[in-house]
Amino acid sequence: MSELSQRPEHAVVGEGMPHESAALHVTGRAIYTDDLTPRTKGVLHAWPVQSPHAHARITRLHIEPAYGEPGVVRVLTAGDVPGLNDSGIKHDEPLFPTEVMYHGQGVCWVLGETLEAARRGAGRIEVDYEPLPALLTIREAIAARSFQGVMPGAGRGDVEEALARAAHVFEGETEMAGQEQFYLETHASLAEVDDNGQVFVQSSTQHPTETQEVVAHVLGLSSHAVTVQCLRMGGGFGGKETQANPYAAVAALGATVTGRPVRVRLTRAQDITMTGKRHGFHAGWRVGFDDTGHLVALDTTLTSDGGWSLDLSEPVLARAICHVDNAYWIPAIRIHGRVARTHKTSQTAFRGFGGPQGMLVIEDILGRCAPLLGIDPLDLRRRNFYAEGQETPYGQPVRHADRVRVAWDQVLATGDVVRRTQEIAAFNAAHAHTKRALAVTPVKFGISFNLTAFNQAGALVHVYKDGSVLINHGGTEMGQGLHTKMLQVAATSLGVPLSRVRLAPTRTDKVPNTSATAASSGSDLNGAAIKNACEQITARLAEVDDGRNLAWDELVREAYFARVPLFAAGYYRTEGLHWDATVFRGTPFKYFAYGVAAAEVEVDGFTGAYRTRRVDIVHDVGDSLSPLVDLGQIEGGFVQGAGWLTLEDLRWDTTEGEHRGRLTTQAASTYKLPSFSEMPEDFRVATLEHAHEDGAVYGSKAVGEPPLMLAFSVREALRQACAAFGPAGISVELPSPATPEAVYWALDTARRAVAPEPAGA
Amino acid sequence: MAEPSGIVTSAITDAVLVNGERLALEGVTPHTTALDFLRDRGLTGAKEGCAEGECGACCVLVARPPADGSPGTEWTSINACLISAAALIGQEVVTAEGLGTPDDLHPVQQEMAERGGSQCGYCTPGFVCSMAAEYYRADRAPSSSANGTHGDNGFDLHALSGNLCRCTGYRPIRDAAYALRQPPPDDPFAVRRAATAPVPPPTRLQGDGAAFVRPRDLAMALALLTDRDAVPVAGATDLGVEINLRGSRPGFLVAVDRLEGLRRLEWHDDELRIGAGLTLTEIERRLAGRIPVLDEFFWQFASRPIRNGATLGGNLGTGSPIGDSPPLLLALGADVVLVSTERGERRVPLTDYFTGYRATVRQHGELIKEVVVPLPIAPVTAFHKIAKRRYDDISSVAVGYALDVEDGAVSSVRIGLGGVAATPIRAYDTEAALTGQPWTQDTVDAVAEVLAAEGTPIDDQRSSARYRSAMLGQSLRKLYAEQGAGR
Repeated sequence: MSELSQRPEHAVVGEGMPHESAALHVTGRAIYTDDLTPRTKGVLHAWPVQSPHAHARITRLHIEPAYGEPGVVRVLTAGDVPGLNDSGIKHDEPLFPTEVMYHGQGVCWVLGETLEAARRGAGRIEVDYEPLPALLTIREAIAARSFQGVMPGAGRGDVEEALARAAHVFEGETEMAGQEQFYLETHASLAEVDDNGQVFVQSSTQHPTETQEVVAHVLGLSSHAVTVQCLRMGGGFGGKETQANPYAAVAALGATVTGRPVRVRLTRAQDITMTGKRHGFHAGWRVGFDDTGHLVALDTTLTSDGGWSLDLSEPVLARAICHVDNAYWIPAIRIHGRVARTHKTSQTAFRGFGGPQGMLVIEDILGRCAPLLGIDPLDLRRRNFYAEGQETPYGQPVRHADRVRVAWDQVLATGDVVRRTQEIAAFNAAHAHTKRALAVTPVKFGISFNLTAFNQAGALVHVYKDGSVLINHGGTEMGQGLHTKMLQVAATSLGVPLSRVRLAPTRTDKVPNTSATAASSGSDLNGAAIKNACEQITARLAEVDDGRNLAWDELVREAYFARVPLFAAGYYRTEGLHWDATVFRGTPFKYFAYGVAAAEVEVDGFTGAYRTRRVDIVHDVGDSLSPLVDLGQIEGGFVQGAGWLTLEDLRWDTTEGEHRGRLTTQAASTYKLPSFSEMPEDFRVATLEHAHEDGAVYGSKAVGEPPLMLAFSVREALRQACAAFGPAGISVELPSPATPEAVYWALDTARRAVAPEPAGA
Repeated sequence: MAEPSGIVTSAITDAVLVNGERLALEGVTPHTTALDFLRDRGLTGAKEGCAEGECGACCVLVARPPADGSPGTEWTSINACLISAAALIGQEVVTAEGLGTPDDLHPVQQEMAERGGSQCGYCTPGFVCSMAAEYYRADRAPSSSANGTHGDNGFDLHALSGNLCRCTGYRPIRDAAYALRQPPPDDPFAVRRAATAPVPPPTRLQGDGAAFVRPRDLAMALALLTDRDAVPVAGATDLGVEINLRGSRPGFLVAVDRLEGLRRLEWHDDELRIGAGLTLTEIERRLAGRIPVLDEFFWQFASRPIRNGATLGGNLGTGSPIGDSPPLLLALGADVVLVSTERGERRVPLTDYFTGYRATVRQHGELIKEVVVPLPIAPVTAFHKIAKRRYDDISSVAVGYALDVEDGAVSSVRIGLGGVAATPIRAYDTEAALTGQPWTQDTVDAVAEVLAAEGTPIDDQRSSARYRSAMLGQSLRKLYAEQGAGR
């Protein structure tokens, strides 16, 4: 057992406890960035002028009329930018563009004494556009060869030879839509400049350091002149990893120009039309199986819809490529990837970060091919699981591969899957208009940032003379319970009760050069950094104590008078990682997180409407740092994944009309999130036993993203339920999202199908 | 638990009583939402998540007369993002901050916190308010008939159908709701229920070139509505969206939501008269299951917080082709009673009411007073709503049925359709094709094709035209499958 993973007796980690801010949440007293606005004097409010074209050159921008609107204080344009007019991480995103690249892009921003004044002022600004051709869909982009960034490939073995020898070869296409993060809190920033010119930006950002850097380069300042703080976020899900940056920059620019606090808070419509989403993907594939249903080869090309700029599209694509295998051994494999450039929002991080899209390809293949092979999908999946000692297509050994089988067998047993499958068959035989189905799918998800350099973190731990402890770390809290876990880690490491430890908001002047709170890595990285800081302090205290076993408060007091420093900066970097992005080989992940879900659905043959009757999950969180938090991540991730796969439906106007490129589902009334009606009616979640992870803090595992992909079980169950409306043995193609309409057409096709010839090649 | 908001005996006309404190209306215009009003005063627990009453992050409690018409007060959850602050003048509001404090949590807050009901916490204050409203519902009682939407504590999960959470997946929130007991007898909010709810006083608020007026009675409302700029507003569940999302800034708002003349529900031998100013929740509670098809309808109409504000008058007044009530009311053969100063009362069959996209026969100055449903209700009735999401969604297609079967044949039938034309329509061709025919699978299969061809459905973000047409036909098959046998 590594020192990092070793857990002392009576540890505070491992205790189930509510979110550290739960009492503040439920009483409405938890403060989010925009709640600061009424608490700040003299705030100016910002409103954007948004492009009504998907692609156009701005030929004239006439801002003067805005000043005729009472309460308008200032219009921000490119001319106000003292530094670099760019808010992207790849320097391809002008903050104030001369050519608009998507419908809804911000052209300029109006600052007003009230939001109403700013809004009215923006309405008065005159912009002339010269419309240009726009690409809206992946297929349009592929046809036009409109790509951006690198076009990586990964693989192993001779795919053509393996396909030639395969007993069964199938080919097809899989297309999947993106997903709006729809954090309940839209993007918000509040910026002020102090007497010394220090810019202070409070921002709903998952990546304060990067927000700081973007603000600094827009303002032409060094990083030390900009401080970014994130109190907490009302959800992030990846949507605030890079997307907060332009709005923080606008607020900071406004504050610099006017000398007053400036607030940027996007309305829902602005947020959903301006900020990036999960990438939609297209995959073309050829797959080979041997005559016992074992995968022998896969050849696939993934094309993601990157939108108008690169943003995080390359690493998202990389993770997609690294997850096409999911939990399955594919001896010969070739994966190509490319990012389409379209005239839409610049798609970005969203929980899973390409992993779900990559994995959906193989799950779609298995779901479609199982009937063609005449093999029960349950058997087909289990038959193809990795075995210990096998490597991923990018050459990383699959450590703890057995955990998928263990979790699978546990789900089958506790979920009573065999008996229920029989019951479902009986139900379906007795009901012509309603069909049920149960499907089981696995998850294997790599933990760590693909890019090795991001796998580092810092923390600051203060012990005050009275024995109380204040911790600060580089991770941000967006509801995932990171701060709860970090408090538990600090209390455990210092050996003090939880009540002695407080946590201060995330700020760039406390811990510098942080990585985004992303890739599920928040607890692994920051927890280890906090533990490191705490251990420096406890080592010094041990010397003071010298075996006397003094009580904490007494020991601390004595240490102070002995002139022993009671604070420490902690640091951690994940060891053992290496990744060669040019050949797509290496060990990018510290470990894999595993899980298995069984979902039972019921589909109405008249309408395609469905409900999720029961879900059983066994998920691997290592030795949990905080079981209630982890349970929340598993359940919440699952439902969010089910939303992506079945309900949430981003629609752009792809007609040639005047609104081409407009997002038509830009409100909660048209972009439907899962509600209570989508919650599994019977939801049973267990964590995998005996799951100590040697490579992570206190033996735990990351849990933020992997459970989202457990929702493939819902999609596969829907596919099987659709098939149950038709003759036995048919393969059902199901779009993603599988909305009621999509399910209806799938089951209607099945209903009209004739029985296929039995497979017998 | 925090102190209650206090029992008000004298009407307040220049403030809103929030968490027991009088909050003055300085700086408030007719277009200032209740949410912005609260937040500007530092009560930032209620949040804006969508500004259209979909997410419920803005939910707060208002002291209202009980929806079932009994005396006393009912804590009612509403969307603060939709109604104007002016509409709350003289009323009592409780927010999540007022229910409890971190050191003294309200039972709802306690259950939500302990069970992991909050993650990011942003939607939580709204959930807490909606949950508290159901916690205090006077006729909520433990029941052994717990099912998918009711806990054995009598908690109706539909109370939370207007609240969205993006983090938890809802299970812990449901468990928190189902774990609630009855309020202790000395619970101040429970005690408060026995006293009368404040009656919104006549008010006039001006600002930003606009006025909000709450008239004292129907006659005064009708007089005001003759003004060229006047717009009637009840629950603002539609108008609030227009203001928040589409920049509409009506110059003269006339509040008609608490006018007694619009709030009667009367059973007569041959008809049921439903006041157009009653909220959907009030109608639901006052009908108390006497018209079964309406029980199938109410829970599908938006969400509980919306139903707590929305009125039938509003749903018909907007003239929307996708309103939920017209298809059913068309099927039930309802009439609309319009009233104005100029023309007095007139009664219009709903069939003749809609004239075009969001256009009706209602003239400027006219108000919908009542909806009249003829009795008895036909023996075979149904309401089918096709939407992406089961709770709180806008229909792609909605179908209302009322038919009579005598001696195995369809003797009379009315079918109302929504979402397949510029207005809600009657499916006349289908009705003609069904009338007189044997009520059999063969008839249904043949006539389903006629129904599928009704209207002129379009493709939009909710569904394709093809799906809409298919759903019409399928709807008749579903009706027969569910209600055909044995008739």
